[in-house]
Amino acid sequence: MWSSRLGRPRPLACGVEELRRRRREREAALRKARREQQLVSKRLLREDVPEEAAGEGADAPLGEAEVQQFLRLAQRGTDEKEREKALVSLRRGLQHPDTQQTFIRLEGSMRILVGLLTSNRALLQLEAARCLHELSHSEQSAVAEACLPATSYLLTYLSGHSSDFIELCLYTLGNLIVESEAVRKQLVPQGIIPALAACIQSPHVAVLEALGYALSQLLQAKEAPEKIIPSFLDSTLPQHMLQLMQPGPKLNPGVAVEFAWCLHYIICSQVNNALLITHGALSTLGLLLLDLAGAVQRTDDAGLELLVCPVLRCLSNLLTEVPVEAVGGQMLLRDERIVAALFILLEFFLQKQPSLLPEGLWLLNNLTANSPTFCTSLLSLDLIEPLLQLLPLSNAVSVMVLTVLCNVAEKGPAYCQRLWPGPLLSCLLNILALSDTEVVGQSLELLQLLFLYQPEAAQAFLQQSGLQALERHLEEIQLRDRVHAVQHTALHG
Amino acid sequence: MLLPPALQARLAGAPGAAEPLPVQRDSAAGAAPFLFSPRPVRFPRDHQFFEDGDVQRHLFLQEVLTQVAEEPEKSRVPEFTCQVAGCCQVFVALEDYQHHYHMLHGNTCSFCNRAFPSGHLLDIHILEWHDSLFQILAQRQDMYQCLVEGCPEKFKTSQDRKDHMVKLHLYPADFRFDKPKTNRGPSSPGAAVELSARPLRDDEEAMEVCSEPAMLTPCRRTYSHRIPSTICFGQGASRGFKRTRKNKHQ
Repeated sequence: MWSSRLGRPRPLACGVEELRRRRREREAALRKARREQQLVSKRLLREDVPEEAAGEGADAPLGEAEVQQFLRLAQRGTDEKEREKALVSLRRGLQHPDTQQTFIRLEGSMRILVGLLTSNRALLQLEAARCLHELSHSEQSAVAEACLPATSYLLTYLSGHSSDFIELCLYTLGNLIVESEAVRKQLVPQGIIPALAACIQSPHVAVLEALGYALSQLLQAKEAPEKIIPSFLDSTLPQHMLQLMQPGPKLNPGVAVEFAWCLHYIICSQVNNALLITHGALSTLGLLLLDLAGAVQRTDDAGLELLVCPVLRCLSNLLTEVPVEAVGGQMLLRDERIVAALFILLEFFLQKQPSLLPEGLWLLNNLTANSPTFCTSLLSLDLIEPLLQLLPLSNAVSVMVLTVLCNVAEKGPAYCQRLWPGPLLSCLLNILALSDTEVVGQSLELLQLLFLYQPEAAQAFLQQSGLQALERHLEEIQLRDRVHAVQHTALHG
Repeated sequence: MLLPPALQARLAGAPGAAEPLPVQRDSAAGAAPFLFSPRPVRFPRDHQFFEDGDVQRHLFLQEVLTQVAEEPEKSRVPEFTCQVAGCCQVFVALEDYQHHYHMLHGNTCSFCNRAFPSGHLLDIHILEWHDSLFQILAQRQDMYQCLVEGCPEKFKTSQDRKDHMVKLHLYPADFRFDKPKTNRGPSSPGAAVELSARPLRDDEEAMEVCSEPAMLTPCRRTYSHRIPSTICFGQGASRGFKRTRKNKHQ
């Protein structure tokens, strides 16, 4: 994909079918976890290394005596190489959960590891940090909590200049943050927000990506809206993040993805979105969306939806918070290119990730609901017909498409005159043949508006056996009254 | 989805929009039994609407984290020695040397050769250990600043500062970068022996680098030996810094 790390080929221990099956399993597991509101659990963040993928990673767990020996050698060995090798062996062992348990139960083990982490031997320091990183992958919060003595040092090192090391510290912190509330409770007073604010000035892309990861985990915590987001908003981090998301030649997609997700977690927590708007979030995100729509045409990059998704979410939620009087001041809300961009992205979703179509349509709703400008854009840019093409995809998509069309129709006769004549009526007649209550209900709303403001459409409806199409829904309680009302409007104008 | 051909051109065109069509509403439009009224929708954090996108996000993260944890590839090079005067560390990988350089020579105090993990801590060290004006001022006002970046508190003594860091910031009481000033001068001379022969003692200052003692002159230094963060270690170079001249900051 984008970062060089992801470009590294991984040894394939199994065939493509097997990989697909595993991915489906992982996806199902993630879906289940999300419904249980456990998506932050790290158990799901690291792919299980299959047993048969033998090699350097699949060592047997280390016993207590071995762990002790490696630690002693690393701490007091006389030969530099020997000390390093001991730590490497320990690190490999720590990939195994049993070894992790053994390690944390051993008295003084973390103290020794922290001592090596803060020693003046650079290579030992690196290996000690890697050991900590292994521990941070544990699914047991007890192991994460055993790493508490190291956090002040991890934070201190974020202000250094060794970019590989900082990257490692950030991923370790991100992992620890996910696993344990006790860790987060310590990191905030230890100054993680100012540390990240200093670190975000790094010129290294890999560091920024890692920082985005750690920050996204912090912001996703369940206590984040009360305990973390306020201090985040008080810091210089929001401005720096928005700056790093400005479209242009210097934009790094991998970094932008992480920060976009950070922004999403902040915005949907609804702590102080007005502040973000004053920092220019709407215009930055809007320009980014335009840029992404342009990118979609140029490349066949399969990973683009990872960035498009959070940007869409941020924009949609932020739009609900622009006070009516400020609408005129927002350039974004008077620029119909945003509508053009959105449709290009809807098309992209249709090809690559149809499950994200509702999110795109959500933005379209929020753009058009109170905006005669954008409703006019839909008409003048000939986007009604493409919109109608989305109707058959799913009930959820149908409801949203119909809602957007209602946004247009409710603005009055000038708008409805552009909706009919056209394919709209026959689409609505097709929908009346369906049985989903919500879809039919929304189509009734649209029919009512259309007949009210464009009476000729009612005539055509009657001629095409519209009344009969309505009849079958009289039995449905939620629809009955509206069916009657539409029939009345059609017949009597 | 068949998009109109002019759409791409519109995207590339100028900002702005056509004049909106006139809005004219009839009061019968929103009347019962009809429910519709246009409104922007807001979704909170855990809403089910976000499920699909969240799952995709986490699938991506899984891949990233698995790769982050993999054995790092190192650029192996013929063995070379760190060129900083007095340091005789040997390396076979550029990444290791990069880390070593930044950690041990990057933020080094030119008075006493102690290395610090950040410029921030180095600055505080120089102020508190090597600035005689600081000592004078400290007698009259709170001068010992909290080491946590972003915390504005200052204290009368380093012990007060330590208490603050332990109580408020939950720092360990034996935080390695907050040792009280000792009466030792620079690192002991003659310690420029093979570093591997000296095991690290637990009570030793963690970041002490034993190298040639700094030539102490009575005048105050107003700068420190610090490498700008934008120094790039060219990955293509096989040898490090082959400087034959003495490091002029010493």
